[in-house]
Amino acid sequence: MLTYIVRRLFIAVPTLAVVSAIIFVIIQLPPGDYLTTYIAELQSQGEAADSGKIEFLRKQYGLDQPLWKQYVFWVVGMLQGDFGYSFEYDLPVSDVVGDRIWLSLLLNFSTVIFIWIVAFPIGFYSATHQYSWGDHGLTFLGFLGLATPNFLLALVLMYFLRIEFGVSIGGLMDPQYVEQSMSWSKVVSIAEHLIVPVVVIGTAGTAGMIRRLRANLLDELQKQYVVTGRAKGLPNLRLLLKYPVRMSLNPFVADIGNMLPQIVSGSAVVSMVMSLPTTGPMLIEALRSQDMYLAGSFLMFLSVLTIVGMLLSDLALALLDPRIRLGGRAQR
Amino acid sequence: MNDRPEHFVDTAPWDPHTVEALTPEQERYYLATQWQLMWWKLKRHKLAVASGIVLLLLYASVLISEFLAPYNLHSRDIRHIHAPPQTVHLFHEGEFIGPFVYGYSRSLDLAQLKRVYVEDPEKVYPLRFFCTGDDYRFWGLFEADLHLVCAADRDGATLFLLGTDRLGRDVLSRIIYGARISLTVGLIGILISFTLGIVIGGLAGYYGGWVDSLSQRVIEIVRSFPELPLWMALSAALPVTWSPVLVFFGITIILGLLDWTGLARAVRSKLLALREEDFCTAAQLMGASPGRIIGRHLLPGFASHLIASATLSIPSMILGETALSYLGLGLRPPVTSWGVLLTEAQNMNVVVLYPWLMLPVVPVVVTVLAFNFLGDGLRDAADPYK
Repeated sequence: MLTYIVRRLFIAVPTLAVVSAIIFVIIQLPPGDYLTTYIAELQSQGEAADSGKIEFLRKQYGLDQPLWKQYVFWVVGMLQGDFGYSFEYDLPVSDVVGDRIWLSLLLNFSTVIFIWIVAFPIGFYSATHQYSWGDHGLTFLGFLGLATPNFLLALVLMYFLRIEFGVSIGGLMDPQYVEQSMSWSKVVSIAEHLIVPVVVIGTAGTAGMIRRLRANLLDELQKQYVVTGRAKGLPNLRLLLKYPVRMSLNPFVADIGNMLPQIVSGSAVVSMVMSLPTTGPMLIEALRSQDMYLAGSFLMFLSVLTIVGMLLSDLALALLDPRIRLGGRAQR
Repeated sequence: MNDRPEHFVDTAPWDPHTVEALTPEQERYYLATQWQLMWWKLKRHKLAVASGIVLLLLYASVLISEFLAPYNLHSRDIRHIHAPPQTVHLFHEGEFIGPFVYGYSRSLDLAQLKRVYVEDPEKVYPLRFFCTGDDYRFWGLFEADLHLVCAADRDGATLFLLGTDRLGRDVLSRIIYGARISLTVGLIGILISFTLGIVIGGLAGYYGGWVDSLSQRVIEIVRSFPELPLWMALSAALPVTWSPVLVFFGITIILGLLDWTGLARAVRSKLLALREEDFCTAAQLMGASPGRIIGRHLLPGFASHLIASATLSIPSMILGETALSYLGLGLRPPVTSWGVLLTEAQNMNVVVLYPWLMLPVVPVVVTVLAFNFLGDGLRDAADPYK
């Protein structure tokens, strides 16, 4: 087990390094940097750029240095908790980002939980009632969730919740709580506001999860030990839960790794539409205005989130399934 | 018992091979080629066949968009801005006069600051079929003005079956034109990711060793990126000076560049097993080059699986393009895709006031569903010997 963990960690570290390099290249791709845009903008308004400040920023972030030095600077800074400087907001990135990271984490985490809670009973039902109307209906519903673009689903759901239940929409909590410290009613408010985004982001992942659980469970149900169990007169539910279901639960853990990039992508778009104070909308904003350190930190954060999530899911899988930690690969 | 004597001998000639002889159906089945078997199996999957037909129709419509659309892509009717869909009626005051629409009488609601359109029973506009309407250049090559259906040949007659947008453009026509872009994005994207997947997966699987481990690392890294944010970053990096056509190709390449990993993995794991087969060794001994062995002997063995998985990954590209364009990072007007059309539906006002602007989502959903069902059917049929 220990060797597995160590090996897995060793894979994760170079991955992170390469990912950070790619992200750095991507945010450098647009011609010019923020400062040139900034100066041009000031000049077009007839103002002189504050050359002292620009010189300071250029020095501070080494924009006059060769690219690889800038990269090293950026990575070393990040390791020390300095994420660079947001030119757009004129603040250090960590101040701009603030709570958003935690809210992003909360959103993505809740979505994973939601997918588990919804996919398990439906997948179970679909497999045990194969080809019934319920199975077909639920499968179709899952497909529909897969096929509908997230952002539109978010808009429509928001509208219906507003009309039918009077739940206030947009944001992650009612306005009066924003400045308040944590309290029970604030938690309730956040939970209420999480419903729509979580459902919307979760639909696509849920459909995939249901299909895999159903397929796995169907495979298991045909095996001999199930027949033996039935022949020995085990009660149906007990038989199912004790053996085949456990066997087919692997994708629940293994797929977190596959699902996470999808969830993170989904949450970026949905947050944008619903103007949630998570990383998504700010990332898009930063990408548009070439605020490279801000965009880079967000991309880096989202990638780290997925990589760490995959790492955790692999470790959990190894913990649960001896076949994997004893050298084989994950069976998917 | 029966009335035959105990030692009865049948005088009819007896063919000792009757037991082994195949009925015509069996013979047909056993002699069928692999692809025939797949086709028969696919045909049994009703949903997949139906989806295939839907997709064929959709792609066929791309060829004749100009003819199908009642209006041109950019035709504007400034007297009908944000007009709701006109319904097709058959009976006017109890009298049958064939398909027609009622014209709108428009008034301004100054309290809510919106235009109010009411069907005016005075204005009866019968539809015309195979009629002359807006001029267009068919495929950009020759002039034509034939349309499948257009509004009555009368002053002020309109035909907005799915309403109009904020510039008074017909939503239906724009959806029909948008199909051109949205449907081809998926195809070109899949072509790119297919090529990448087969080449990289093929090399990794055939050679193994360090090539394999290197490609595995690359795949792991690409897979650990959250797709959409990376797409966003890459498309934000496309120069603003590019022409819309270049941006279109840029976006498809970006979509394809991140999608090949699943395919590469599938190809690799198949090849790892197949390269140990005798026929592969034989080909090697006869001096075939690796490229020929992979392309001629190994890949065709599971081409059906590849096609199935390609079909299943087109939807994610179409959805990706839609999301990117919706966020304003993908295609930009005047290029019109379904995602670009959906940018009109940015906020709650649209849902409340002009819900028909969300209609471009219908073809997106239909296409994605159809590709998924077809891909499912193909995947089941891909292995007909099972």
